Amino acid sequence: MQPETPRNLDQEIRPPVTHIGIIGWIRENLFDGWLNTLLTLLIVYFLSRVIPPLFRWMFIDSVWVGSPQECRQATGACWSIITANLRFILFGFYPYNQQWRPLAAMLMLFGLLSLSRDRNRWSKRLGYAWLFGLLAMGFLMKGGFFGLSEVESSKWGGLPLTLLLSVFGLTAAYPLGILLALGRRSKMPMIKALCVVYIELIRGVPLISLLFMGSIIFPLFLPEGITINKILRAQVAIILFTAAYIAEVVRGGLQGMSRGQYEAAESIGLNYYLTMRLVILPQALKIVIPPTVSILISAFKDTSLVVIIALFDLLKTTQSVLSNPEWMGFSKEAYIFIALLYFLGCFSMANYSRKLEKELSIGR
Amino acid sequence: MNQSSRTPEGRNPEKEVMIEIVGMHKWFGEFHVLKGIDLTVEKRERIVICGPSGSGKSTLIRCINRLEEHQRGKIVMDGIELINNLKNIERVRQEVGMVFQHFNLFPHLDILDNLTLGPIWVRKTPKKEAEDLAMHVLEKVHIAEQARKYPGQLSGGQQQRVAIARSLCMNPKVMLFDEPTSALDPEMIKEVLDVMIELAREGMTMIVVTHEMGFAKSVAHRVLFMDYGQIVEENTPDEFFKNPRYERTKLFLSQILH
Repeated sequence: MQPETPRNLDQEIRPPVTHIGIIGWIRENLFDGWLNTLLTLLIVYFLSRVIPPLFRWMFIDSVWVGSPQECRQATGACWSIITANLRFILFGFYPYNQQWRPLAAMLMLFGLLSLSRDRNRWSKRLGYAWLFGLLAMGFLMKGGFFGLSEVESSKWGGLPLTLLLSVFGLTAAYPLGILLALGRRSKMPMIKALCVVYIELIRGVPLISLLFMGSIIFPLFLPEGITINKILRAQVAIILFTAAYIAEVVRGGLQGMSRGQYEAAESIGLNYYLTMRLVILPQALKIVIPPTVSILISAFKDTSLVVIIALFDLLKTTQSVLSNPEWMGFSKEAYIFIALLYFLGCFSMANYSRKLEKELSIGR
Repeated sequence: MNQSSRTPEGRNPEKEVMIEIVGMHKWFGEFHVLKGIDLTVEKRERIVICGPSGSGKSTLIRCINRLEEHQRGKIVMDGIELINNLKNIERVRQEVGMVFQHFNLFPHLDILDNLTLGPIWVRKTPKKEAEDLAMHVLEKVHIAEQARKYPGQLSGGQQQRVAIARSLCMNPKVMLFDEPTSALDPEMIKEVLDVMIELAREGMTMIVVTHEMGFAKSVAHRVLFMDYGQIVEENTPDEFFKNPRYERTKLFLSQILH
């Protein structure tokens, strides 16, 4: 005789309401045992004491547009330090009536970045768009043609400078770092030794000292009369510094690749270059997306160190506003503002890397 | 070895030599892995190599497409001698297909891209043509419907068949199999062996390292037994299984055939 099929096999029973949905989540995460319950209550109490006054300071008692005098009478935040000095914070000493040019350049950059977000749109045309766009941005900033007055790069500052240093710094450091990582794993002893020495030397010194070297020591070696642009020197220092860190992260990814992948690629006749480009790097670089993005994010923030060689990046322009006696004492508001700008930059990088990881993990 | 002891069908009557190995030695550091290998493989010949683990059988076939470098003796593959010359090595690798124990598919590419990578980048075949070829080969290994999946989504048996197809897409003159079924669950071994048997019927020159003795019996022209880095015994499958000549062979056979 055939045994009877169990009755419940084909009918699904939903889990009890206390274990799913919002109620289930709250029970499980906030009131799971007396210790968690206590912590939850404490945090709720703490937030209830902190949030309302902060909110009042930021939004209700605050002065958004007004003179420094009005600000000093108000009890809330003085956002007018930002609104009144916005153009200086963003553009530094760039000639006031020409500031549409860096603005246009930045908008172009943001436009290109958001176009490039979707990997399906990556194509030769987008590459040309970037090439053309970067040239146009440089032209807009520098001027000197077509009736645009020339603006010396010593007058560039604020957000465009920060973006310039980071966008070029990161995009140049990444491929350089990959080359260094491959070099360090090379079987050719000279190349390997060079890469090891380079990476260890650069990692052994702080970025600040590299920036100093670039701005003070390096010019001493140049022949009389030849000067190299200060921004360029800082840019090179940032690229060289970041590349060494990228190299080590990428090397970690390369070490994670199994011998079998190399052998499979070799056995179908791919040479070293093709093996790396088509088989090894796509996998290794994907594995190391999280640490790579950490490095890129910290490199982005480290561009603010150029203040020490007197470049007026975003941080320095903000500090200059604060040293103006009229606005002295509103550093909280100013720093909150640039922290917000930096956060937006870092957060979008982190966000993009998460999106990229998700897309690349399809099918695995 | 005399000609009459080999099964003649399916073999080239003109006896064209495909692979010639003469007095080949290999060391891993101090360890002497291969101790004087002499082996001639004719066109369309199918050879099964067996032997205990560590006997050097995998190393031997890995030397044929230079995944391992030999240190003494010579290996000539279809007229090209394997010497320290990148161009030579790449030419040999294009002519020799290799199937690994652990498949080694490229996990970041889908099946079709796995197959077309070699034709497109090494053989410079146009993409469309390479994809047609790949689909044709996939049909041959009975897996065409999986073309747009990724390796991680397939079973072990399917992955190994894809790996065979990937080698076939390069249109190789010789196929090397390095224990192709030993990482597979029992129920998947047959589907892979079936593909290999079909390949044998088409007259592919094959060297197979395996312990699948049924496969050896039905497909091989010669069975080689290796131990301690040497080819100890070499015979037709019938003779090899019925009348093994050496103690070591007998012991080995008694261990794997229950």
